[in-house]
Amino acid sequence: MAKKNVKIETYSKEVTLRWYHQMMLMRRFEEKAGQLYGQQKIRGFCHLYIGQEAVAAGVESAITPEDYVITAYRDHGQALARGVSARACMAELYGKITGCSKGKGGSMHFFSKEHNFLGGHGIVGGQIPLGAGVAFAIKYREEKKVCICFFGDGAARQGALHEAFNMAMMWKLPVVFICENNLYAMGTSVERSSNVTDIWKIGLAYDMPAEPVNGMNVIEVHEATTKAVQRAKNGEGPTLLEIKTYRYRGHSMSDPAKYRTKEELEKYKELDPIANIKSYILENQLAKVEEIEAIDEEIKTIIADCVDFAEKSPYPDPSELYNDVYAEPNYPFIME
Amino acid sequence: MRIIQFREALREAMQEEMRRDPNVFLMGEEVAEYNGAYKVSQGMLEEFGSKRVIDTPISELGFAGIGVGAAMAGLRPIIEFMTFNFSLVAIDQVVNSAAKMLSMSGGQYNIPIVFRGPSGNAGQLGAQHSQCFENWYANCPGLKVVTPSNPYDAKGLLKTAIRDNDPVIFMESELMYGNKGEVPEHEYLIPIGKADIKKQGSDVTIVSFGKMVNLCLEACQALESEGIQAEMIDLMSLRPIDYDTLVQSVKKTNRCVIVEESWPLAAIAGELTYMIQKRAFDYLDAPILRVTGSDVPLPYAPTLIEAYLPNVKKIVHAVKQVMYRN
Ligand SMILES: Cc1ncc(C[n+]2csc(CCOP(=O)(O)OP(=O)(O)O)c2C)c(N)n1
Ligand SMILES: [Mg+2]
Repeated sequence: MAKKNVKIETYSKEVTLRWYHQMMLMRRFEEKAGQLYGQQKIRGFCHLYIGQEAVAAGVESAITPEDYVITAYRDHGQALARGVSARACMAELYGKITGCSKGKGGSMHFFSKEHNFLGGHGIVGGQIPLGAGVAFAIKYREEKKVCICFFGDGAARQGALHEAFNMAMMWKLPVVFICENNLYAMGTSVERSSNVTDIWKIGLAYDMPAEPVNGMNVIEVHEATTKAVQRAKNGEGPTLLEIKTYRYRGHSMSDPAKYRTKEELEKYKELDPIANIKSYILENQLAKVEEIEAIDEEIKTIIADCVDFAEKSPYPDPSELYNDVYAEPNYPFIME
Repeated sequence: MRIIQFREALREAMQEEMRRDPNVFLMGEEVAEYNGAYKVSQGMLEEFGSKRVIDTPISELGFAGIGVGAAMAGLRPIIEFMTFNFSLVAIDQVVNSAAKMLSMSGGQYNIPIVFRGPSGNAGQLGAQHSQCFENWYANCPGLKVVTPSNPYDAKGLLKTAIRDNDPVIFMESELMYGNKGEVPEHEYLIPIGKADIKKQGSDVTIVSFGKMVNLCLEACQALESEGIQAEMIDLMSLRPIDYDTLVQSVKKTNRCVIVEESWPLAAIAGELTYMIQKRAFDYLDAPILRVTGSDVPLPYAPTLIEAYLPNVKKIVHAVKQVMYRN
């Protein structure tokens, strides 16, 4: 079950450059977000995706815009991969009305219905049954779609996961559960959270097809996800992928990450997923260095533009407070 | 007197009680090796070892229930929720097990447990990390609910909570952990169920609890500069509630404003208002007003948070309204 695919095809210029573009956009976006957090332009909790980019990018290329994605609070990368604009994402971090959740969600709660991006969720594990529920609706309506449900290694220890896995498997729901195992849940390493450190093996308890995947390589992520998505769309039910990755930064902006060594961090930086795809592109002569540099330049512009956009956008007017709480238009709030 | 932080006061309370009683232990996410997500339990792993200061996985329902089970068998757990927002994952064990056990066992199994952690907003944390739970748990018979507002009260109340033979919900705030205050070196306990008059006054009674008390005290200062002497009552316990102290004060001042961070419907303020109108109806010179959080999930944007939360201006405004001084 854990065995690797034999790679027979070389990926096209278009596909590989798109991966590079997406991952670089995530990287630069997050670096910028980190800086802006330091300047207190962004507040609250802010969890960066740096190091994990190959997961979101490799999954996105395995699905279509009609498919669904749901994730936890570490959600900037997934939103960008779905195609939510850097402007809408940055404005959300600023808490501006032009943000993808009108400035009401912040870093942890990016949403975009337009992109079938079902959000950023703050209660660890809470989105796991939600993802199964979306898959339930897909099956109910007899659509040929899939729901990708991301969660962290820490979330694997929540009861909600086990209940959802059981039902999703029993009912053969078209969902791919993706554990982004970045080795830590805040300061707690995977080893300190369970005896079952191969998280993919949790799937086996429910007879769910499951396997580990190298998350530092976008191609491996893409291939494993493609198989799982096919299985879901063919009515064969869920898959659990444990994608092994690493976050370069602390858990959130306030975490100095003293629980891990510098050597460990350096080891993973050498496996950097962006450097990885870049050398793949160059080695297979899919594009010239200049083309890659042009992408870097383009991303610089996108980042500068999204910050400018967020800066210039207005905050929600206080009168927005009572909007979007009920679907009912004239709900009688208590105002006194 | 010596001045220490709120988090240090909590830590001292736990340390002293753990030294005193080997049945007391602390369990929760990141409490041991990380020294607490908010550094409340800093150094406790070192002192008490991993048998008594225990890191858990992110499994609130499981470890809350393990705490209740351990209490049934004679231990005295302190269960830390990283925040009470996450207690929702565990609320079945808090309400269905801890709160109801003594009653449904006909008095055989009392549950000496403390569930503690921060409650309420702590800045721009969004809807899922900002909720107040005081009224939720206070609604439930079988529980006690305690909400200190300063380091001195926090230490004395937490020590009492740990010694209490019933389940106690002990609510703090991320925004108060760094607050400093006088805490004596000698041991003291503060009883659960007694309110504290934080400031004497004769014109109006302001009632609150938890971190809102500090806001009310600021409002009292602002009011003083306008010649209004407010009496400020910190309830400290929300189950049981010290209605006597409250009613006595209102009988003296004839006016009352209640300040509470939670949503308005079924909040503590409604309950207080009921008891005041029942026991001091003839003494009231104005309708009781409340200042609460808005009737919506707390959004992220600063402009909306400003509109949502109680603040000094809103409290002063309400006080002037009950004094017909607008
Ligand atoms: C139910 C619940 N408990 C605790 C928390 C606090 N918390 C936020 S993130 C986190 C760690 C989660 O780690 P993991 O699932 O591995 O995701 P990662 O942050 O590594 O992406 C914790 C404990 C929470 N948000 N929800
Ligand atoms: Mg993790």
